[in-house]
Amino acid sequence: MDTQVKTPSGSDDYILQMEGVSKFFGTVISLKNVTLRLRRGEVHCLLGDNGAGKSTLIKTLAGVHKPSEGRYLVEGNEVSFKSPREALDCGIATVYQDLALVPLMSVARNFFAGREPTKKLFGMIPVLDMQLAASTAVDKLAEMGIHVRSPHQPVGTMSGGERQCLAIARAIHFGAKVLILDEPTAALGVKQSCNVLKLVHKARERGISVIFITHNVHHAYPIGDSFTLLNRGQSMGTFAKSDISKEEVLDMMAGGTEIQSLVDELEGRQAA
Amino acid sequence: MSTTTSDMAMTLAKTLPSNATLKQPNTTPPGANPATPSDERVRRISPWRALLNRPELGSIAATILVFVFFGVFAGDSGMFNLDGIMNWSQVAAYLGIIAVGACLLMIAGEFDLSLGSMIGFAGMMLAVPSMFFGWPMWLAVLFAFGGCMALGWLNGYLVMRTKLPSFIVTLAFMFILRGLTIVLSTQFAGSTIVSGVGDKIAQDPVTHALFQGTTLQGLFAWLAQVGVIDKLPSGEPVVAGLPKVLLWWALVACSAGFILSKTRFGNWIFTVGGDANAAKNVGVPVRRVKISLFVFTAFCACLFAVLQVSDVGSAASDRGLQKEFEAIIAAVIGGALLTGGYGSILGACFGALIFGVVQIGISYTNVNSDWYRVVLGAMLLLAVLFNHYIRSRATTGK
Repeated sequence: MDTQVKTPSGSDDYILQMEGVSKFFGTVISLKNVTLRLRRGEVHCLLGDNGAGKSTLIKTLAGVHKPSEGRYLVEGNEVSFKSPREALDCGIATVYQDLALVPLMSVARNFFAGREPTKKLFGMIPVLDMQLAASTAVDKLAEMGIHVRSPHQPVGTMSGGERQCLAIARAIHFGAKVLILDEPTAALGVKQSCNVLKLVHKARERGISVIFITHNVHHAYPIGDSFTLLNRGQSMGTFAKSDISKEEVLDMMAGGTEIQSLVDELEGRQAA
Repeated sequence: MSTTTSDMAMTLAKTLPSNATLKQPNTTPPGANPATPSDERVRRISPWRALLNRPELGSIAATILVFVFFGVFAGDSGMFNLDGIMNWSQVAAYLGIIAVGACLLMIAGEFDLSLGSMIGFAGMMLAVPSMFFGWPMWLAVLFAFGGCMALGWLNGYLVMRTKLPSFIVTLAFMFILRGLTIVLSTQFAGSTIVSGVGDKIAQDPVTHALFQGTTLQGLFAWLAQVGVIDKLPSGEPVVAGLPKVLLWWALVACSAGFILSKTRFGNWIFTVGGDANAAKNVGVPVRRVKISLFVFTAFCACLFAVLQVSDVGSAASDRGLQKEFEAIIAAVIGGALLTGGYGSILGACFGALIFGVVQIGISYTNVNSDWYRVVLGAMLLLAVLFNHYIRSRATTGK
């Protein structure tokens, strides 16, 4: 890509770096001097309450926004994405909360939407290879530990967790090196969240680096290797799992102390 | 619906060519699901339930119902003689051509209300240059197709560019084109009808061969000779040949059905109609897909107009009136959802067939033919309710 500039930085173990990135929307400072470094093959949790700037940060990573200040490096090379498509071509796949799935279409058709496999009919007319699409979709989902009932069932009949898994498996199949998951467990029940976390683990085993955005510490802590906390547009630092406990993470997130005081208040009232 | 009808629907469906979508379980070739052969979560669904998940089911059942009705009430009236069949099948074919275009566009999540006005305007684009500017007929036909497709592109471009609902944009064109049709007609011919076009088409060998009259006359003459079909007192067969409009319908429907179910572009049509935002996020060129379908719908409208002018012999400013609604009704009876993302070409063709049979069939019965709109309106309502039920089943899996 012509936008890439070779930099002599020696941080080769980072697949993705944001160095001192700020993003302004008019007078609003959405991100201020945020640094995020994603190691190859790690699960990096991005934690923050509503309005902390998580969405702006992932949209900047995904190529939707350009940083107003600071540098964005992919595998040590500075990049400036003009569109999400360019980020995707660099292997940075984002699974948004709406998942980009069409409920009325089948699993196989959704899996390959936009990137359909074709074969030649009579050696000249390109037609959909539905059999290949169906078997690949089933195989790839099975590899990730998801067993769909049929590749021809509409996605609308699947549960929220299954859909999340389908979207993730699709991103992995199409060559994602970095997977950005936008609150994948937000709308899910306990068991389904667990399935998604297992899938994140499987992705890491395959050498894929994951940025896992959430405001749920209980989901983030078991799976994460390192944690970056955002609060009101600023990074409160990045911590390795060995350096920080779940309670400390919770405390550092906005609301941690408030919840504690709420708990105290409620318990106090009960005692009285 | 009675059990008899259901059984008949099933037998009929088995003999149908499967140019429908591949999204239902029953269209899976056996063995396409090797990874989970004995998944305890796979529920066996009976062939009947699988059939119920097909978008065209409603229209097939309704077609059978309509045929049974007219078989009982008009069976001995000549409606199902060869000339009777040609009569209603031609009506169905005309509507079928535009229903196919409207259906594809609806699956992609858009409407074209200017379709009917486009038919009238295409007739004028054909008649005015050929009758008043002295253009050769083939050139006028090319001009009409080019003009219509350019207008279709403009429709699509405006819809995509302004992000206004296609309902509003094409409603504007419905009036603009109808108005222009009347203006052109009165300006050049001094009346709302331009006659003599049919004769000019007949004089041009290319346009005559493509659009006018019937084909396979030899076969029909031979069939009359051997006594398979009736002869007129003059010795001619009662039906001279197969109307070309039927062939055009078959061609348009088969191509559209093939594209929809078998090609990448077909998958894109479903995707943009199902969720345009999701389509954009997975890299489908939403704008290109939708605009090209507006162009295709305009092409269908022009084909309708050229065939009709060839057949009737004149262009008139009221041609194609309300055809946009009839095309949408046919598509909806055929299982297309108004919200897009779901539908079937085969279903739209059955919807058009129902139209033809009801419209012509009523005149064969003792019923006042004014009832035909009542019947179709009621059928539309039933179809929408039925489709709604089917969709909620398809998305919840109950």
